[in-house]
This record gives sequence, C-alpha cells and structure tokens, in this order.
Amino acid sequence: MDDIAEFALRMGDNALVLGHRVSEWCGHAPALEEDIALANTALDLIGQARMWLELAGEHLGRTADQLAFTRDAWDFRNLLLVEQPNRDFGVTMTRQFLFDAFHLPLLTALSGSSSPRVAEIALKSAKEATYHLDRSRATVVALGDGTPESHARMRDALDILWPYSGEAFLADDLDTRLVEAGIAPDPSSLRAEWERTVTSALAEATLDAPGSGFFHQGGRDGSRHTEHLGHILTEMQFLQRAYPGAAW
Amino acid sequence: MVTAAQVREWLSEIPDPEIPAVSVTDLGIVREVEARDGSVTVVVTPTYSGCPATAAISLQIDAALRDRGISRVEVQQRLSPPWTTDWISEEGRAKLESHGIAPPNPAGGPRRCPLCRSTSVERVSQFGSTPCKAQWRCRDCLEPFDYFKCL
Repeated sequence: MDDIAEFALRMGDNALVLGHRVSEWCGHAPALEEDIALANTALDLIGQARMWLELAGEHLGRTADQLAFTRDAWDFRNLLLVEQPNRDFGVTMTRQFLFDAFHLPLLTALSGSSSPRVAEIALKSAKEATYHLDRSRATVVALGDGTPESHARMRDALDILWPYSGEAFLADDLDTRLVEAGIAPDPSSLRAEWERTVTSALAEATLDAPGSGFFHQGGRDGSRHTEHLGHILTEMQFLQRAYPGAAW
Repeated sequence: MVTAAQVREWLSEIPDPEIPAVSVTDLGIVREVEARDGSVTVVVTPTYSGCPATAAISLQIDAALRDRGISRVEVQQRLSPPWTTDWISEEGRAKLESHGIAPPNPAGGPRRCPLCRSTSVERVSQFGSTPCKAQWRCRDCLEPFDYFKCL
C-alpha cells in the first residue's frame, strides 16, 4: 500500500470510528441541545471520513463506502482512543476533548502538506474541528468544575481514557517517510501543543491529569485494536455484510 | 446556445434544500459555470463536509438544467479553497434575516435578533438544527432563533 493511502486511512478511520461512536448518542443525549451538538459533530466527522477514504480509495482502486463497510478490524488504522465506548456523557466528552486537542493542530499542520489533496481536505476539516474543540473544551471545564457528581465522573473518565491518549504522538516508519516527503508532520511534534491545551483546560476544570506515562498502542498500525472496534463494526457494517453491494 | 450567465440565472432559482429562503447562488457555493457547445459544467463546493444538503444540491442542479433542455450536464465538487460564509451574498444575508435566521457576523455572534432587532442576545448552543447554524435567544422578545455561524 502506498504511503498516502495508508496515511489517509489513519485520518479517515479516526473520523469514521469516532463519528460512529458519537452518533450512538443520537436521541439519547442528556439535553436536546447536547443531542443536536453531538449529532452535528458526528456528521462533520463522517463527512471528513468520506473525504479521506475517497483519497485512500483513489490509490487503492476502491470506493469510500467499500473501505468503510467491507474492511475487517485489523485493516482499520484509527487510534485506540476513538474506539473506546461512550459509557457516560463525561467519558464521551473527555474522549472528544482529548481527540480534538490533537486533531486540530494536526489538521492545521496538514493544511501546508506537499500533497494538494491532503492539504485541501485538512483545510476544510480544520474549520469544523475548531468548533469541535471549542465545545468539548467548554464541556470538560463545565463538568469538571461542576457538581461533586459531575466532577467525580470526569475524574473517572480521565482515568479510563488517559492510557489511550498517548498513541497519537508515537511516530513509526510511515511517519518518518511522510515527514521526509513533506506530506505530514511528525506526530511527536504535536505533543507540546496538545499538552498545553489539555493542561490549561484541566486546570480550569479543577481536574488533575493522571500521572501515568504508560500508553496503549496498536490502533494506528492496526496491529492490536481493543475488543471494542469489532463490536462497532458488527453494527456499522451489518447491512453491507448481509446484503453485499446493496444500494438505494 | 446557452450561456454561462443564463445558467447562473437558472441556478439562482434553486433553493437550498434545508434553508429554502436562500438559493444556491446566494450561498456562494457555485464556484464556476462553464457552458460550451451546449454542454454545461457547474463546479460547487460543500458548506460543511458532512452536510447532507451537498448531495441534494448537486442532484437539484443536474435536474434543473436537464429540465431546461441541457442534456450534457456535469456537476463537479471542489474542496479548495474551502467554502466560507464570506461568500454569502448581500442579498442572501438579507433573505436569511427576513426568514428569521441571523446572518453570519465576523464578531462571532449575531448582530441582532432577526425578529425584533434587539441587540441583547445570548447563545444557547454552538450547534443548531443544521451543521451551519447555532442556537441563540433574544433577551428582549425572549424568542429563540437560528444564527448562521461563521465558517
């Protein structure tokens, strides 16, 4: 597989899997405004996923739909963070914030990519990610610095998700080649900005970042996804698996 | 033979599927129109990447041109430069406001309530009934309203 295709799968699968996860809230959120906000965020992410998977598909001779609906878990290249279950609203918004704080600087850096296709998708997506980060940050602050109940849930959410927050910054051979070709930034170069964003929000939220420096990995190269991804795919891919090629 | 100007005129009559008060040309999503030897190419740019209206708009453009006897129609999508609310025409802004939707404003929030014109307004949610809108409320007439947010 060529490098741009592999990279586009990493970007597209993050957006697709998180978009699907967030869409699971549709009709179930704690307030109407939150329901609408979550649905809109999911919609943006699915739209971004389509652009990235179309780019991957141009290199692989497959459509975005084929890539989304007929690959198996080990072919997915999303971060472990985005496949983690929603659990409660606090976990959902903490996961969103930890991802948005990484996603926006990544998209901003990609806007200057040597690949015009990568740059145009990133530029389009960055505008939407700006709104996502605004909202997820504000929600983390409001709930962390909220009631004893919301504070305790946000603390639990951080404990659950923190070990999945570091994978995004671990560079591998593909990243090295992408950096050399000017296509994408070294993920480790995005870490400082992410830490600044997260540290300042957690301070306002009266939450402490867990101290552990251990991070699970295996999502962005597909070598070891968590068991949750398979469960997402059974639901997301059901129709194309049961009725291959179905269209309407 | 059909001209690009004529095609633009026709496109200005196609309503946005989710905000029918404005046309697709008011929104500034029609980037290029080329008419040559009876075939027409229209280049459109999406508003939000996941906006379901984008696909509907392409279909409507295709159908509207075929209805007018153009048999060779191509609707292309172009991402770059990305759409911005700065491309909404003055006419489009006025139509939005008269339809009860506050037009985008560089300050990041509506200039006034589209219903009673009060400038005392507050945000309810950064997200609204479609990806392009936020929910606001007027502190004077107390009515909630949509704000077309800047992008």
